[in-house]
Amino acid sequence: MSEWLVHPGLLLVLGAFALPWLRGGARSAAVLALPLAALFCLWQLPEGALWRAQWLGYELAPLSVDKLSRLFATIFALMACGGGLFALRQQSRLEIPAAYVYAGSAIGVALAGDLVTVFVFWELMAVGSTLVLWSAGTAQAWAASRRYVMIHLLGGVVLFAGITGHLLDTGDAAFVRMAPDSVAHWLILIGFLINAGAPPLSAWLPDAYPEASWSGTVFLSAFTTKTAVYVLLRGFPGTEFLIWIGLFMVFYGIVYALLENDMRRILAYSIVNQVGFMIAGIGIGTEMALNGAAAHAFTHIVYKALLLMSAGAVLAATGRRKCSELGGLFHSMPLTTICGSIGALAISSFPLTSGFVSKSMVTQAAIDGHLLWVWLALAAASAGVFLHAGIKFPWFVFFQKDSGLRPSDPPASMRWAMIAFAFLCIALGVWPEPLYRLLPYAVDYVPYTAAHVLTQLQLLLFSGLAFFVMLPWLKRTPTLTLDVDWLWRTPLPALARGAGHAHRRLRDGLAARAGTFAARLAAGIRRHREPDGLLLRSWPTGGMALWVMTMLLAWLVLYYLP
Amino acid sequence: MKPHWLDEPKNVKLLWRLFLAVLAATVLAELAIALHPHFEVESLFGFHAWYGFAACAAMILAAKGLGLLLKRPDSYYEADGDE
Repeated sequence: MSEWLVHPGLLLVLGAFALPWLRGGARSAAVLALPLAALFCLWQLPEGALWRAQWLGYELAPLSVDKLSRLFATIFALMACGGGLFALRQQSRLEIPAAYVYAGSAIGVALAGDLVTVFVFWELMAVGSTLVLWSAGTAQAWAASRRYVMIHLLGGVVLFAGITGHLLDTGDAAFVRMAPDSVAHWLILIGFLINAGAPPLSAWLPDAYPEASWSGTVFLSAFTTKTAVYVLLRGFPGTEFLIWIGLFMVFYGIVYALLENDMRRILAYSIVNQVGFMIAGIGIGTEMALNGAAAHAFTHIVYKALLLMSAGAVLAATGRRKCSELGGLFHSMPLTTICGSIGALAISSFPLTSGFVSKSMVTQAAIDGHLLWVWLALAAASAGVFLHAGIKFPWFVFFQKDSGLRPSDPPASMRWAMIAFAFLCIALGVWPEPLYRLLPYAVDYVPYTAAHVLTQLQLLLFSGLAFFVMLPWLKRTPTLTLDVDWLWRTPLPALARGAGHAHRRLRDGLAARAGTFAARLAAGIRRHREPDGLLLRSWPTGGMALWVMTMLLAWLVLYYLP
Repeated sequence: MKPHWLDEPKNVKLLWRLFLAVLAATVLAELAIALHPHFEVESLFGFHAWYGFAACAAMILAAKGLGLLLKRPDSYYEADGDE
């Protein structure tokens, strides 16, 4: 048995370093085989803490498996494989290896039994994802990657401080359920939430992801936010204020996506929106809600990758990403249109798609908990998802007014990646049983009841009606919308430039002043060291005799004093 | 080249009629299917239909309002030395 104890995450991370040495068919085979090998190794692992180590007196478990970690590691490996297939024709030789380091470390987080291992893989993810962003090779991607890595290193520092505090408080490194009851745990929670794209720092996500290459964004969409969902599921289930964070993210994502013109930024905002559903589920914290959050993370990775693949295919074919410049592509890209629309239906939780079976569990948990307002908000948000991702994205990109562009469907590798993920979206929606068996708790939920299907159809179709009725209000304009990232893109750099300027002036002023002072001091010393100066001139004898007499007199007076 | 069938106004009108018929059908189906409402508000007739519509209208209006404040030309960040 023990010979199978290969760490699937490390396999992917180390395997990534072999990729740059391969060419042609061997490289393609390795790209596809590596994640599949990781998946195979993962399923050979029994449950429990498999690796143990001692470090500074703490007990570490770098490889430990249970149902929840196996679920996330499985979808991460599948995603790496699908993304690798989609990216096979990518010119950049850096992107896939970087993406595999990124995916492998995400698997590492999922299989980590202690907080130290979580932190190590967490930081490795930041490195891998930044390299994926870099490999796009444009000036915008470079600027965005610097902002991106800054936020993630900040999050890493906060997490590190939290973990250190936790180790000191408890003396135990095991990654177990925590509650926000101490400074250390708050810091850990904040570190996790930054990667989840939670407010107020959610802007890093729509700022960075759309700047990656046509294939890079597909990788980026999958791992960072979903590992954050995973660690929140394990570390902070049932933390009530996460419900409100989640609901904020849900509506933030919708409203910003409605304002957005860039097709990939629309999809990036809808990542925040979908992660909001998961975080709300974690906040509700019942078994049904946690199952729903985990299942939704699983299905979300698949349909979001599919949506970004279709957007990537459009970008690769046309070089354009603004809705106001696209449209009418269904004429010449039928396969991309169909796959993109399947992804759009899945994200909107249409019956017979994967989103329907996973998101329903979260809303059902709100109903079971009698949380009327939460449920109303989640229902409104479900309608809103159809609005911004379900219709807006396919409508403006593939239909609406004809842009006159006639690009053809992408090459075979990209087509097959889209077909495979579109198949998964439908298959998980029609046969949810295999997914349910992977979930951490036993599933006692039937999504396909006549009542549920009907109410969901009403909700979605009438939001579709709202879209078409209010279409003039949704006309695309060549604009962007200010977000919190404005703070670190405009006033903070200006402040830093201003401060730098002031600092330079102060420094120059001080240096000039110090220079004159030193010169004056030197001149003074020199003057006093000249033959007639204070230090070198000879003293007259008369003067000496006078001082000696004064001293003697003083001594005499002191002697006769009582 | 023959125009695509989706490009003909006649067919678009047909699609609209079909869509409206489906909408009406989903609401009328409530008469035949028991919905097991959990919250009181759910038992209002066609709740999910008008709630979905109203929620979407509200979100579009909210986005529109926010857009007035926060929209900028998409060359906004290029100006300030983003390299």
